[in-house]
Amino acid sequence: MHTLSVSALGDALRRGEVSSVELTAHFLDRIKTHDRTLNSFITVTDDIALADAARADERRRDGSDNPLLGIPIAHKDIFCTRGVRTSCGSRMLDTFIAPYDATVVKRLRSGGAVMLGKTNMDEFAMGSSNQTSWYGPVRNPWDISRVPGGSSGGSAAAVAAGLAPIATGTETGGSIRQPAALTGLTGLKPTYGRVSRYGMVAFASSLDQAGILARSAEDIALSLGAIAGHDPNDSTSVNRPVEDYTKTLESDLSGLRIGVVKEQFGHGLDSEVGAIVQDAISTLERLGVSLVEISLPNSALAIPVYYVVAPAEASSNLSRYDGVRFGHRAAHPVDIEDLFKRSRSEGFGEEVKRRIMIGTYVLSAGYYDAYYLKAQQVRRLICADFAQAFEQVDLIAGPTSPFTAFPIGEKMDDPVAMYLCDMYTAGINLAGLPALSAPAGFAHDLPAGLHLIGDHFREGLLLHVAHQYQRATDWHLKRPLRFP
Amino acid sequence: MAWEAVVGLEIHAQLATRSKIFSGASTAVGAEPNRQACAIDLGLPGVLPVLNEVVLRMAVMFGLATNATIAPCSIFARKNYFYPDLPKGYQISQYESPIVEHGELEVEFDDGSTKCIGITRAHLEEDAGKSVHDLFPSETGVDLNRAGVPLLEIVSEPDMRSAAEAVAYMRTIHSLVRYLGICDGNMEEGSFRCDANVSVRRSGDSALGIRAEIKNLNSFRFVERAIEYEVARQIEILESGGSIIQETRQYDSVTGETRAMRGKEEANDYRYFPDPDLLPVELQSDYIDRVRDGIPELPAAKTQRFMSQYGLGRRDARRLTLSPDTADYYEAVVRASGQPKLAANWITTDLAAALNRDGLEIYRCPIEPTELAALINCIIDGTISGTMAKKVFAAVWRREGDPISIIEKQDLSQVSDPETIDNLVDQVLASHPAQVDQYRAGKTKLLGFFVGQVMKITRGQANPEMVNHALHRKL
Amino acid sequence: MSIEPESISGIAQLARLHLSDDDGERYSRELSAILTFVEQMNEVDTAGVAPMAHPLDLTQPLRADTVTESDRREEFQANAPAVRDGLYIVPKVID
Repeated sequence: MHTLSVSALGDALRRGEVSSVELTAHFLDRIKTHDRTLNSFITVTDDIALADAARADERRRDGSDNPLLGIPIAHKDIFCTRGVRTSCGSRMLDTFIAPYDATVVKRLRSGGAVMLGKTNMDEFAMGSSNQTSWYGPVRNPWDISRVPGGSSGGSAAAVAAGLAPIATGTETGGSIRQPAALTGLTGLKPTYGRVSRYGMVAFASSLDQAGILARSAEDIALSLGAIAGHDPNDSTSVNRPVEDYTKTLESDLSGLRIGVVKEQFGHGLDSEVGAIVQDAISTLERLGVSLVEISLPNSALAIPVYYVVAPAEASSNLSRYDGVRFGHRAAHPVDIEDLFKRSRSEGFGEEVKRRIMIGTYVLSAGYYDAYYLKAQQVRRLICADFAQAFEQVDLIAGPTSPFTAFPIGEKMDDPVAMYLCDMYTAGINLAGLPALSAPAGFAHDLPAGLHLIGDHFREGLLLHVAHQYQRATDWHLKRPLRFP
Repeated sequence: MAWEAVVGLEIHAQLATRSKIFSGASTAVGAEPNRQACAIDLGLPGVLPVLNEVVLRMAVMFGLATNATIAPCSIFARKNYFYPDLPKGYQISQYESPIVEHGELEVEFDDGSTKCIGITRAHLEEDAGKSVHDLFPSETGVDLNRAGVPLLEIVSEPDMRSAAEAVAYMRTIHSLVRYLGICDGNMEEGSFRCDANVSVRRSGDSALGIRAEIKNLNSFRFVERAIEYEVARQIEILESGGSIIQETRQYDSVTGETRAMRGKEEANDYRYFPDPDLLPVELQSDYIDRVRDGIPELPAAKTQRFMSQYGLGRRDARRLTLSPDTADYYEAVVRASGQPKLAANWITTDLAAALNRDGLEIYRCPIEPTELAALINCIIDGTISGTMAKKVFAAVWRREGDPISIIEKQDLSQVSDPETIDNLVDQVLASHPAQVDQYRAGKTKLLGFFVGQVMKITRGQANPEMVNHALHRKL
Repeated sequence: MSIEPESISGIAQLARLHLSDDDGERYSRELSAILTFVEQMNEVDTAGVAPMAHPLDLTQPLRADTVTESDRREEFQANAPAVRDGLYIVPKVID
């Protein structure tokens, strides 16, 4: 059952071949068996899952149907879930029981999805390898000595190993697409504002966006409609109709123009990964798209800009963790300053503190103009590059990650090297564009991802192209042998 | 050489909304601690702010009423600092692009002179919570019911030259925000408070001196005293060769002194930046026009109208228009009595004194406008004398009844029957022949004696004018 | 750009982070490396370019002024480290 797609599981449920309770029990069982190895879940919510499943079965008996009714799902532990610990991978929130549901969680629940539990992640989503979690690193199902990518690494590992058919994730600079690439999954980051951020623990508010990790573009198309749409609780949520993403999957690709960015096949890209991505692009060409060489002249500045903007916003967003109303409080504070400082220093891990320090610095008097303001100006130039590109092409294709999954422990002592994991992805968040990563083959026996970037609100086109690619290839069907 | 004080005020007016600026929690006062602090006010992980439309409309009203520029695009920014009653570790405020800029307000002083005070800006922000320091011996309690209450911070130019000018300006703003209905003006509950920036310089100097900021003044009297104290303090330091340090000070209402606030010396770096959770607020001109149409008659216009329509002097007209409640009360009395001048007299003297004595606002006045009008009519038609009217007023104030029933019950109505008065006068003259002779011999000031005797018999209820008249005739 | 260990303590104070003895040195090294890296931004001329705070060109929506929230103090305070008489408790703050 765990090898079936969401649409196949839906068919099985619909035909009554399996109940949601049986399906859910199966995945809970797999989590029990395999997650000691993977560490992909922080909290498994057995009771809630079985209750959700029973309710879904009842709804189905009552004649309800929709794509996610009775389908188990894992939520990244960044989404608030009422009555369930929401840790964000941090000691700071180790005991925090969210008193409300994130909009994404609420929508999936009302669509009948079954919550299996909360997945591991880099602390406060800050990281590209899932090594910064207070709950320990997550292991890549394709090679458990390696990282699954991050920050949605727990969601990626869980879906890749068949512990969940589908999972939510979030992105700030590549945190869905990069782990999807490193674990052989399809991962979509929608347009900024397409999915509500309400109830998603904030990292960098102008970049954060929720999305889905799944085994195929089709599975994402089935579930994106459930979470997308306007939310009056999020001022940055866009009030614009949500299309039926499943309707546009099947048409052919002829006439589409796909841009290939020459800068993205140069310095820093693993050559085997490069070859695989080139091959995938050739496949698209065979499917009828025309290729256009384009340039994103400022794309090399995406990571520098990102590492000013994201820490700046984060330094402010994380000020609420002060040990007063919720979260970790240091023992026996002598005064209020001591309470603030020790609670925060004990509650936050090294990477989080490092980013708070950078963010505080770039916003501080005397440095604001040189760093924060400058970054926001360059951000506009990066966006303008994309806008110009989308005048010539419908989509942009390239590598998601410059390399495949690396060994646990690597890059942890070199922040800048770690930050370059997101060299192809972070610019998309700066511009608020939708993008996905789809499995494109194996380099060094590890999955590598094809990166597709669309113009604002072109999620449907991204899923369409990825689906056609997946009809022509079988990379997305490959499964890690260790987790049969 | 003489010194000159330079004062600017930052007034915080709490906007009179039902819900908070960025959340649907209630702003009502008097709730138990933290019962009106919702997830957004608490800054729980994952929550987001959405702007209250009424808050925006109120800020625009204020801007229009002060001839200010309404920003077509204004931005919310985060002001970052740590304090236990600041839930998010930042306050959502406005920094570079406030909603209101470059306004002005004409302020009239007690001597009738006027001055135009510049309003640099007015911006929207959220209030913080309240720290309770005196409830527990070694701990501070934090109540976040106030957190997220909408504030309009009104920043003046340093245009005032004395404590009295500052108070007059503050009163004018106070009057304006209540007219606009955007703030209840309740200073005891902190709905209207200010920080004063005070410096001194040699008269004639154009450069400003170094200023001190006196925080959180919540009464007109405190503003006056704190500024007076601070000006004197600064002059004394400068005259003895010292220099002023730029600092934040606190006013102690018990000693009447200002003192430096501990912990505020550390240079604060608020790291303002645009709040990424909130988008630019754009205002179209038709929206602004609609808001303009909803602005009621403002104090200056009302004063003019009272002078022309009711024939009042400027002083009375201003006193009656200081608050919209007083003006409404006055006009209700005039409508019911048709006596604009008497109504003005009663309201600015006896009624004002009684309200002041009992510490009441006019909207809590125990005497209804129609009752005061009835009392005035009884004076006009001669039912009671002015002296009696004061007694009736006091009785109505104590809610012993309405004026008519009190006059009837206590038999306070005036003796105005000419025949009765004639008889009374005859009786008095007959029983005091000696005084009658003396009067007729030229000692005319005895007239008062005869009047007194008539009043004595009637327990003060004889119509004094008619008694006078009869005495003149008969003597 | 290199940040001296001395300025690190000022930033840590603003961020309310406690620094141990070797933290100053380490942060100085790491932050300097990161800032040097991000200064690649200076290669591009941004004269006249408006800073971009939001990825989409949208304006702020408004909510009606209605009270939608009810009292959930007990539920919220279940997460609080210290509460008494409905107040969040912290060490004595002296103004």
